[in-house]
Amino acid sequence: MILSKEETYSPSEIENLQSERLRKAIQYVYANVPAYRAKMEAARVAPADIRSVADLGKLPFTTKQDLRDNYPYGLFAVGVGKLARIHASSGTTGKPTVVGYTPYDMEVWTECVARIACMGGATADDIAQICFGYGMFTGALGLHYGLEKIGAAIVPSSTGNTQKQLLYMKDFGATLLVATPSYALRIAEVAAEIGVKPERDLTIRTALVGSELLTEAMRQEMYKAWGAGLNVTQNYGMSELMGPGVSGECEKLCGMHINTDHFIPEVIDPATGEVLPAGERGELVITCITKEALPLIRYRTRDLTRLLVGDCACGRRTARMENLSGRTDDMIKIRGVNVFPSQIEEVLLGVDECGPHYELVLTRRNHTDALEVKVELLPAALSDSYGDLEKLSRGIRTRLKSALGIEAKVTLASPNSLQRFEGKAKRVTDLRNVE
Amino acid sequence: MFVKQLSVFIENRKGRLEQVTKELTRNDINIIALSLADTNEYGLLRMIVSDPVAAKDVLCAGGFSAMLTDVLAVRMQNKPGQLYHMLNVFTGADLNVEYMYVLDSSAEYGSMVVKVADAAKALEVIKSGGLELFDEKAVYSIVHK
Ligand SMILES: [Zn+2]
Repeated sequence: MILSKEETYSPSEIENLQSERLRKAIQYVYANVPAYRAKMEAARVAPADIRSVADLGKLPFTTKQDLRDNYPYGLFAVGVGKLARIHASSGTTGKPTVVGYTPYDMEVWTECVARIACMGGATADDIAQICFGYGMFTGALGLHYGLEKIGAAIVPSSTGNTQKQLLYMKDFGATLLVATPSYALRIAEVAAEIGVKPERDLTIRTALVGSELLTEAMRQEMYKAWGAGLNVTQNYGMSELMGPGVSGECEKLCGMHINTDHFIPEVIDPATGEVLPAGERGELVITCITKEALPLIRYRTRDLTRLLVGDCACGRRTARMENLSGRTDDMIKIRGVNVFPSQIEEVLLGVDECGPHYELVLTRRNHTDALEVKVELLPAALSDSYGDLEKLSRGIRTRLKSALGIEAKVTLASPNSLQRFEGKAKRVTDLRNVE
Repeated sequence: MFVKQLSVFIENRKGRLEQVTKELTRNDINIIALSLADTNEYGLLRMIVSDPVAAKDVLCAGGFSAMLTDVLAVRMQNKPGQLYHMLNVFTGADLNVEYMYVLDSSAEYGSMVVKVADAAKALEVIKSGGLELFDEKAVYSIVHK
C-alpha cells in the first residue's frame, strides 16, 4: 500500500515542492540559527540567492563536526521550550550527537516511518515486535511510532534476553520483526539452539531491518535463517536527519525510496565536495526542508551510495538510493588500499563453509599494516582433518586477495565462538594506533 | 569394525583445553588415548573416550565444536616389526594413512589408532593382510589398574 500522495508525485511536482520548501527552510535557518547565518555569510550566500533546488550547490555543507562544535543546542532553530523530544546517539569519540524534535517534527517523523513500514509490507493487522534498543537511540521509538500510526500492534521488547524475545514472538504471534540484521540472525540462532524453527514455529513474515547495512549476502543469510518466504526490507536514516524514515526499500527491492518531499538528496565526491551527476556513486548529502528543531542543510552523511531515478514497479515515483556500499567512516585503509568491511563480508558469505559471523583485526608491524580476518565456520563445515581446514583457509585467503587486492591472515573460528551483537555489530578492531 | 574418535576443534585461547577436560570429568567420561597437534590459530584434539556419543553431546551443549570420526583400532604384538608390517600392508594396497597415535601399550600388546583415507578398502586389506582389529566395545572399556 502507498501511504501518501507525495510518494507518487511526478519528478517536476516533487521538484517544485522541494524548491518552495527549500526557500523557506533557508530563510528559516538564516533567521534562527546564528551558526548557519555565520556559515552562509562566510560563503557569501544570502537567503535570496536560493530560489530553487538548482541553487543548492551554493550552500556550504554541514558535517558531524559542526554538530560537535555546537554541542548541545547550537544548531537548533527553536528554543528548548518548543521541543517535544530529545534523542542522542552515543559518539564513539567524545560527546554524543544531540537531536531534537518539535511536536510538528514528531508528526513528520511518524509519517515518514509509517510510509517506509508500508513500503516494506507492514499492515494494520501486523503484530510488530521491535527488537531495537529503546532509549536515546532513535531507531526503536521511530519504528514504534510509525508502525503504531499504520495500526499495527506493537510489542516493544527491545534488546536482550533473546530466549524471552522468542517466547513473546511465539506466544503473542508476532508477524513483523524490527531489528538490526545482526540481531535478527542472532535471534534465529538462539531459536535453533532451543529447538525453535522460525519457519515452522513462528509467524514472522516481514522483517524491517535497519541501523546497519544489509548486504545482499546478508539478506540471503536472513532467508536461510528465517525461511525463504520472509519479506526482508531495509530502511535508512540517521539521528542527525530525523532517525529512521529518510528512505526504505519497497517489496520490489530495487533501492530505497527517499521521502523526497522532506529530504533533498545529492551525491558528492567525498574528496572534493563536487556534486556528481545522477547515477554516479559517492557520498550522500541530505538537506532537511521541513524540520523545525534541527534543520540540517547539506548534511554530509558519510554514507556511500548512488541515486536511482525513474518510476518503480511498486507505483512510487520518488528517487531511490542504492543500497549502501559502505560508510566513509567504516572505510579501512590497508597498505594504501581502501577496503569496506561490507566487501569482506560479501566474500566470506560466498564461502559455503563460513557463517555470517566474523571479526576484522588491524595491526601494524614494522610499519606495515596487517589484516586478520577471523571467521566462524558453520557446524557442518567442521573437519577433523588439518588438510581440509588448511585448504579452506587458503581458499578464503585467495578469494579475499582477488576481491580486495590485499593479503589477509585468515583465522578459522569454531561455531558460536565470536561475539554476538544485539544492536549494531562492531566487527572491526583497529589496533594500529594503540601500540 | 570402526571405533568412534571424538575430535574437538580448539582455538588457541587460554584455558580451552582445560575446559574440555572439565566437561568430560563432570560427566564421568574417561579419556583412553589422545593426540593433540596445533597450528598457530587452532588445534584439533583427537580422543578415544569411554562414551564418545555422550562426550560429543556434552561438549556441543557446552559450546564446543566436537565431532565423531570413524577410525581403526589396530592391535599388534609388542615386538619389533609390527608397525612396519601394518604400514607395509597399507602401502601395498595404496592406502594412505592420514594420522595415527598410540591407543594402548602394555607388555604384551601395542595398539594404534589409525585414520585412513578409504575406510572400506582398509577393512578389506586388514582381513587379507592378517591384521587384528580391536572390538569397539573393548576399546571404550580399556582401563589400566
Ligand atoms: Zn518501489
